[in-house]
Amino acid sequence: MTDVLVCVKRVPDASGEVVLTEAGDSVDGRYAGYTMSAHEECALEIAVGIAGESDGEVTVLSLGEEDCVEQLRAAVAVGAHAAVRIDALADAFGPGDVAAAIASAVREKEAGGASYDLVLLGNDAADTGDHQVGIRLAHLLERPVVAGALTVTVAEGRAEVRADTATGTEVYELPLPAVATVLEGGVQPRYPSISGRMRAKKTPIEVLEPGVEPRGNGRLGLRVLPPPDSQVEVLGQGEGAAARLAQVLRELGVVR
Amino acid sequence: MSVLVLVETEVAGQGEPGLSVVAEETLTFARGLPGDAVDAVLVGHVGLPSERVLAQCREHGVRTLFVSTDAQLERYAARAWARVVDAGLQGSGAAYLIGGGTPRGNEVLAHVASFHDVPMAANVVQIVQSDPLEVERQVVGGAVLERIGLGGELAVASVAGHAVAPVPSAEPTQTQVEQVAVQLTPADLAAQVRRSEVREAGDTSALTGASVVVGVGRGVGGADRFTAAEALAERLGGAVGVSRVVTSLGWRPHHEQVGQTGSRISPDLYLACGISGAIQHWAGCASSRTIIAINTDDEAPMVTKAQYAVIGDMHEVLPALLEELG
Repeated sequence: MTDVLVCVKRVPDASGEVVLTEAGDSVDGRYAGYTMSAHEECALEIAVGIAGESDGEVTVLSLGEEDCVEQLRAAVAVGAHAAVRIDALADAFGPGDVAAAIASAVREKEAGGASYDLVLLGNDAADTGDHQVGIRLAHLLERPVVAGALTVTVAEGRAEVRADTATGTEVYELPLPAVATVLEGGVQPRYPSISGRMRAKKTPIEVLEPGVEPRGNGRLGLRVLPPPDSQVEVLGQGEGAAARLAQVLRELGVVR
Repeated sequence: MSVLVLVETEVAGQGEPGLSVVAEETLTFARGLPGDAVDAVLVGHVGLPSERVLAQCREHGVRTLFVSTDAQLERYAARAWARVVDAGLQGSGAAYLIGGGTPRGNEVLAHVASFHDVPMAANVVQIVQSDPLEVERQVVGGAVLERIGLGGELAVASVAGHAVAPVPSAEPTQTQVEQVAVQLTPADLAAQVRRSEVREAGDTSALTGASVVVGVGRGVGGADRFTAAEALAERLGGAVGVSRVVTSLGWRPHHEQVGQTGSRISPDLYLACGISGAIQHWAGCASSRTIIAINTDDEAPMVTKAQYAVIGDMHEVLPALLEELG
């Protein structure tokens, strides 16, 4: 039986225009909406697969205010069994603080009888892109960690982690319990079923205190890069533009 | 007070290993930080550095290059590599540790930051001020810049790709090589690569290093409709890259994906075919020297951001282009 904890983050959906709050200190997702990072959707899919093969359970955890319950319920709808929210102002927590709060929650839950063979996180959050929470968490929990996992499988108390490189795949074998940060691409996240949605509505959300005093992330301000002035030169329409396009490629020196 | 740079190597063709382009960019960036010297620590290479690496270090003004000859480091283990970097920190007494914003760079730096319980800023693009140190880094896939303060005894940061162009130092040095000894524990090696599986030749594994990338988006229309794009990539000696929607639909493998959650590329030419140009995709291709968009929608973001555009169906334009190129 393999129990997996998956850490997810509520992030602004930045697939359209990115807008800052009036204070300019955070991204405003009120109009575009919020979502879960793509890497974490894949981490959740991996966790549901691992737990499903061994009658284990998936617990999903998020650090944030009440509104991050939306992402927790979305996770339950696709197969997580339990949900935990660390009650905190996420913007006041730097990556080291988040790792410490998750470590505190893991210790508290494990002291209460839970046991997480694997902790999975996204490789980096879609908004802050810190690339370090999973690694800091592994240090705090004194567990081995691999970053950039595309797939994770578990057998005989060990995890096999596969990660992409520019030239191929690297394979790791870790003793459990362990931590891995997941990259999008190795698995296809599933869609929630109707029964999953119904279950998600009824699933209680456990609330924990962060257990740490945040030191912050050092943020002094944000600015959205202005779009570059459009200076596009339209070479023509359809196949009739091919000759001019070929000429441009030759001028650029990219034709062999 | 000095700066320590984590440098990675790459092998070009059959030649001896040299510093990666990212490493040269990072060394260039390092010289802009306050400090009286730039040192470097070599990871991903067991043994003494090649003459090519040393020549590059001299060009970039590196005072001391820290290396390890411990054979246990031959297979990648981020935490073990971080021990070597940490030994370099002790040897140099650096106040700043920086590396490339690569998967390896970010991972190893995060381990070192964890050892010392100090902040780390990933994907920094520029120094705002030196005292106290403030930098700007990419967040939200590069669409937003975050100004962040990095105080304390040790500042750790990775430098985003192409944040600076690699430029040799105005004051080359005689680089000293110093071997560092590391006492690796089982915990340092618990997460070590067991085996590597090299992808078959002929695929697009060289995407990130390609000088030409033919990008393909949803507009291609299906998994079996990449023939012209592949032929053009071959004709131009480049690689095929795809948008996230193409991999999500299962038309192409993830290692070909360009974007925030895929590869970040910087070719001489990015030919974006049937790609609308969402922010997440733009994050992966914005560093291209020239972008040409082929799209049926003349108001698509990729068209308005490109230097050149052809308005039309890629399935009509690409075959005609191939015929023109002969």
